[in-house]
Amino acid sequence: MSFPLLTATAVLPAIGAIATAAVPAAQRTAAKWLALLVSLATLALAITILVRFDPDGGRYQLTESHSWIADFGVRYELGVDGIAVALIALTALLMPFIILAGWHDADPLETGSRRWRPTQGFFALILAVEAMVIISFEATDVFLFYIFFEAMLIPMYFLIGGFGDRAHEHGEEAASTQRSYAAVKFLLYNLIGGLIMLAAVIGLYVVAGNFSLQEIAQARANGSLHMATSTERWLFLGFFFAFAVKAPLWPLHTWLPNAMQESTAPVAVLITAVVDKVGTFAMLRFCLQLFPEASKWATPVILVLALISIVYGALLAVGQRDIKRLVAYASISHFGFIILGIFAMTSQGQSGATLYMVNHGISTAALMLVAGFLISRRGSRLIADYGGVQKVAPVLAGTFLIGGLATLSLPGLAPFVSEFLVLVGTFTRYPAVGIIATFGIVLAALYTLVLYQRTMTGPVKQEVSAMPDLRVRELVVVAPLIVLLIFLGVYPKPVTDIVNPAVKSTLSDVHKKDPKPSVEAAK
Amino acid sequence: MSASAVHSLWTTAATAADPIAKIDAPKIEYGQLSPTLIVVCAAIIGVLIEAFVPRKSRYLAQVFLSAVALCAAFAAVVALAADGYGTTKAHIAAMGAIAVDGPSLFLQGTILLAGLVGLFTFAERRLDPEAHGNRVDSFAAQAASVPGSDSEKAAVKAGFTTTEVFPLLLFAVAGMLVFPSANDLLTLFVALEVFSLPLYLLCALARRKRLMSQEAAVKYFLLGAFASAFTLFGIALLYGYAGSVSYARIAQVVDGTVTNVDPALADTMGNDALLLVGGAMIVMGLLFKVSAVPFHMWTPDVYQGAPTPVTGFMAAATKVAAFGALLRLLYVVLPGLRWDWRPVMWAVAIVTMLGGAIVAITQTDIKRLLAYSSIAHAGFILAGVIATSKDGVSSVLFYLAAYSFVTLGAFAVVTLVRDAGGEATHLSKWAGLGRRSPLVAAVFAVFLLAFAGIPLTSGFAGKFAVFKAAAEGGAAPLVVIGVISSAVAAFFYIRVIVLMFFSEPRPEGPTVAVPSPLTMTAIGLGVVVTLVLGVAPQYFLDLANQAGVFVR
Repeated sequence: MSFPLLTATAVLPAIGAIATAAVPAAQRTAAKWLALLVSLATLALAITILVRFDPDGGRYQLTESHSWIADFGVRYELGVDGIAVALIALTALLMPFIILAGWHDADPLETGSRRWRPTQGFFALILAVEAMVIISFEATDVFLFYIFFEAMLIPMYFLIGGFGDRAHEHGEEAASTQRSYAAVKFLLYNLIGGLIMLAAVIGLYVVAGNFSLQEIAQARANGSLHMATSTERWLFLGFFFAFAVKAPLWPLHTWLPNAMQESTAPVAVLITAVVDKVGTFAMLRFCLQLFPEASKWATPVILVLALISIVYGALLAVGQRDIKRLVAYASISHFGFIILGIFAMTSQGQSGATLYMVNHGISTAALMLVAGFLISRRGSRLIADYGGVQKVAPVLAGTFLIGGLATLSLPGLAPFVSEFLVLVGTFTRYPAVGIIATFGIVLAALYTLVLYQRTMTGPVKQEVSAMPDLRVRELVVVAPLIVLLIFLGVYPKPVTDIVNPAVKSTLSDVHKKDPKPSVEAAK
Repeated sequence: MSASAVHSLWTTAATAADPIAKIDAPKIEYGQLSPTLIVVCAAIIGVLIEAFVPRKSRYLAQVFLSAVALCAAFAAVVALAADGYGTTKAHIAAMGAIAVDGPSLFLQGTILLAGLVGLFTFAERRLDPEAHGNRVDSFAAQAASVPGSDSEKAAVKAGFTTTEVFPLLLFAVAGMLVFPSANDLLTLFVALEVFSLPLYLLCALARRKRLMSQEAAVKYFLLGAFASAFTLFGIALLYGYAGSVSYARIAQVVDGTVTNVDPALADTMGNDALLLVGGAMIVMGLLFKVSAVPFHMWTPDVYQGAPTPVTGFMAAATKVAAFGALLRLLYVVLPGLRWDWRPVMWAVAIVTMLGGAIVAITQTDIKRLLAYSSIAHAGFILAGVIATSKDGVSSVLFYLAAYSFVTLGAFAVVTLVRDAGGEATHLSKWAGLGRRSPLVAAVFAVFLLAFAGIPLTSGFAGKFAVFKAAAEGGAAPLVVIGVISSAVAAFFYIRVIVLMFFSEPRPEGPTVAVPSPLTMTAIGLGVVVTLVLGVAPQYFLDLANQAGVFVR
């Protein structure tokens, strides 16, 4: 038996989480370094996966399979396709930055006993989330996936509810109340989604008799597993509901602005750039493969919801007064694009959607983390409290601008490629939908540039006049992200090469072909 | 009761040619009944200890005796199971009174372990501050003294402790061991009374808040007596219907395979009205014990008023025993009637799941909250009962085992959080517990997450098992309602976690007592079982699967 690379990639951060949590209360800095080292080691393993993965090889590679709970027909089955590899790489890549950016976010203030160790807890929880996200990307057993899809809510919940921005306009008491409100809202939305999915998971077992994605997909393809149309549709809806909450798709999105607003910037990045990707990823992997017919049946409605997400998210972003909420609504708009790309059922659309997941992760991380640095300096999330920052902190303003430009998909930066692919892929099949979606881009330009203009340009406000520029630690976080944004914007081929074959197989599961082969060449 | 029993013996004897010669000595398989016998003997010895051993030495003697008895009985269960009595050698012992089969042994094992963990919490003497230089436990110094009276003060001053709780615990355990393995209705009833009466007493014995405790005991007793009366009435009616109290015999009459009518019961035998009313009444009595809606009214008051160690034991073990008896009754006696009882049970399961979960939201006392949560869980277990399949049985067995350890652990944690007035059970006092004592709060959070059925805990594995069995048994709507009420239930479990971790600690908040190794073992065992059954449940699922067949 070869080295279980996939297991190792997920287990390493899990062990790291336990180890970090066990660091004695006084050794806070050691805990931070330990977490950072673990995340870097995980990144090394993820890169190994990337290298060992052969895009033109079999559909699922590096597979591992062990019996687990035979009674439930559950196996410990891991395997990655191109889409999963790209997202694992994204997750592992972002983690060191998230940890570095949150370096001081959980330093204890005062209260609590000597055994109260918020710093250790913060980093342990982040690593725990990483472990669970990675194993959800790797799982090819529906039950195994479900377990971690649900379990990751718990560390996320503590991250949102337990740690927030230091300064708050209404004092710590109010901040704490709002935080726990946001955390509970996050948890309830996702838990209800997950529990409805649980009913569908049980239903799937009753119909199929096991949980192996490959076996079920194969049996569906060769006709040996027949599902009544209505059964398939109900099961699809159960799965899709959970993923749509997680993604999030309008009208199930309302938890996201609260969660992102109240959590610290690194945790907000963790939510939107990493954890939410599990939702869109799962649509591609589970909804389409397990329930191809129902996916096609639901496509019109989902496209409309995605469109509403795009436009509604962008419109609300324009109207926000709070920087983090603005980014949250922008993300909702972007998730609309991703879901649009997935359900356009074209290879460009789905490649674009996968690429979009990666790029959105990087660009949101860049924008949000810089925004976090900004907020930590002034102690306010309100846009109106800023002005003229570019004069006092030019590097901060510059990186903020690049992050913003990436968010509005400026050509030359990575998100442009993916957004373009999604729009092309959608347009070839649903021209009208493609056209409406384009408004999302226009609005994106509006909300980002207005945000930049109000905070960074104009006369220097009294409160920001002494604002220090980015520190070394912060530069180390931002610079690589920006380099990546530019690199993938100019040369996205490494990612598309990995993703494309996987998208092709997914599409063939749904029995969809691209409408116009000529577009394929134009790419 | 006794009249009908004598009557049936007498008629059997009368039909024989030579009455005297034909009476055989009853054949009792002592080996197979050893778990129960060990516990009963120890309980009787415990009573003798109370009579003859000096007061100072009673506590140690009682705890030691009880622990040894429970361990020995558990060993006996394991030996019987290893010997194949759970599977191939399963049969009916003690002249048809007791079934020795998979479900019996599995549930007896669970009850004994729950009893052992319960014993640890009963014996805890480090939590309450010392009274007049004596270490005291959760039980009243002298049960007979009037609360607040001089005699009570004198008893406290003299350092009295109610060591009678240990024999009472053993008697309750003994009754519970018989309850799920009872194979005729009279044994069922006797077992019901044997385990209920000690519990009524134990509920009344709290050291603090004695009036509340006594009120709880009286409520429990009165309602329990009602339920017992219903059960007994039901037994009488079923006897009238079938001419026998034996499970197998009644089942045959229900199936219509027995047609020879007992002349003495010619008017009533085979009368379906008797069967339906009688069956319903017995089931009602059992549903009372498992605290299913609408027979749940006693649960919150009793759980709140009883001494917390008793609550924990009662919540875990009574549920196990009563569900065992319910399963046997429905699967062995009334399977022929399942098209009649299933719709009723559907309704009961639905209102139990939803009722328990919804009412729990408004609770402000942690013990009441756990009481409503136990009601909701009864609903989930009922979903497995309704499956009427082998999977249904084994999933219920697994759920009961998982649930009882979470419950014992959770109530053990409740005993630790204290202020000047004893246990601080009001939820507002739990605010910020995570800051003061992260470990205790984290452990309690694990139990709450298990109650909520979050993956990687035993609660999830159990919930999945019963819902899967229900879905396979054609109860898909029940599964959907189950997950919805799980979501509702999750809300209030999460609320407690929010309170513990995200709220600022109150300055006058409670302290967490440092327990002796006894309570630590109880809590530690709870955590370990919760996580092991959550991460690697296969071995225990196999065990439950093997144990999933009733002997008939």
